[in-house]
Amino acid sequence: MNPENFVSRSLILRLSLLAALFAAMTFASAQTSAQRAKSADVLPAGSAQVIQPQELAQALKGADAQKPVVLYVGPKTFFMQAHIPGAEFIGPVSKPEGMEKLRARAASLSKNGPVVIYCGCCPWDHCPNIRPAFAELKKAGFTRVRVLYLATSFGANWAEKGLPVAKGE
Amino acid sequence: MRRLAPVIAIAVLALGVYVGFRMRRQHSATASISSLPVAPASTKVSGGSSDLPPAPELSLTDLNGRVLGPSSFKGKVVLVNFWAAWCGPCAEEVPQFIALQKKYQDQGLQVIGVSIDDDPEVLRRFYRKYQMNYPVVPGDPKLSDAFGGVLGLPTTFVIGRDNRIHGKHLGATDFPAINHEVVELLHSPKS
Repeated sequence: MNPENFVSRSLILRLSLLAALFAAMTFASAQTSAQRAKSADVLPAGSAQVIQPQELAQALKGADAQKPVVLYVGPKTFFMQAHIPGAEFIGPVSKPEGMEKLRARAASLSKNGPVVIYCGCCPWDHCPNIRPAFAELKKAGFTRVRVLYLATSFGANWAEKGLPVAKGE
Repeated sequence: MRRLAPVIAIAVLALGVYVGFRMRRQHSATASISSLPVAPASTKVSGGSSDLPPAPELSLTDLNGRVLGPSSFKGKVVLVNFWAAWCGPCAEEVPQFIALQKKYQDQGLQVIGVSIDDDPEVLRRFYRKYQMNYPVVPGDPKLSDAFGGVLGLPTTFVIGRDNRIHGKHLGATDFPAINHEVVELLHSPKS
């Protein structure tokens, strides 16, 4: 074989492999970014389905008939330390038992009444509980369900802002 | 055909770069309109050492059954990271805590992971997969209360050699900042 041809073929092969590898890596990275964007899209922070902490705290001061039902869908260990007064413990709906409990509780609620879901176990875009809980209640026909916006956590965006908390079960 | 091969290779490369950057750009545009910024909150406790809150006396049993009493941490700089394997941003931070432990362990740093609401088997698998080089203990409300309450993950406390709490990081950990705090505390006297 002509040595020039051999060098040229080897170079072409290497270039092609490098190109394919680079394209695959770029594609994989773009896919991950797209998935994250999709997850954040489900509940945009500024949308009508989201309620801000101050607005909820104000709503909970109102007359009983106007108050929303507040459902906590995060881990028990946080709820035991501090939760929104009057909130009901459901548990993490990312687990099957939590989702079952949410369905059971939803069955006894009016579908036209105001319901607020909250978790705050971890940063908003990464919470594994609020989106499935919201989707489940919407699927069940709830018309006034909203999610409490806690950007960093319940601690940072509710308790440390001086909003009311209760301890224990 | 042989002459065309480099052209094809370069075209594939260019296409890959174009697709990747286009998707990234779309992602940043979507993120900017759909999410409010999720800023980590950090508190660096200031004032003289005697003004700082004392760290709780730790007596822990890790995943491997190893008992870690107060003497295990005496005179060390300790990072207590409340996290969970199910919490995406917490899990992503583990390799960086592993790197910190490796880098500064000989100078007296001890990282401790406190896992919240993890399934024990999932946690063990995670521990093995990431070859975690620091102890992980299952958390409970009592341990969280001892730190004044932990109401969200990740949360990291920075304890100095003087056994006082020098910092608290809420949300995604700012590793350059925590690295700086660790270095500063490693060079400080024990009391």
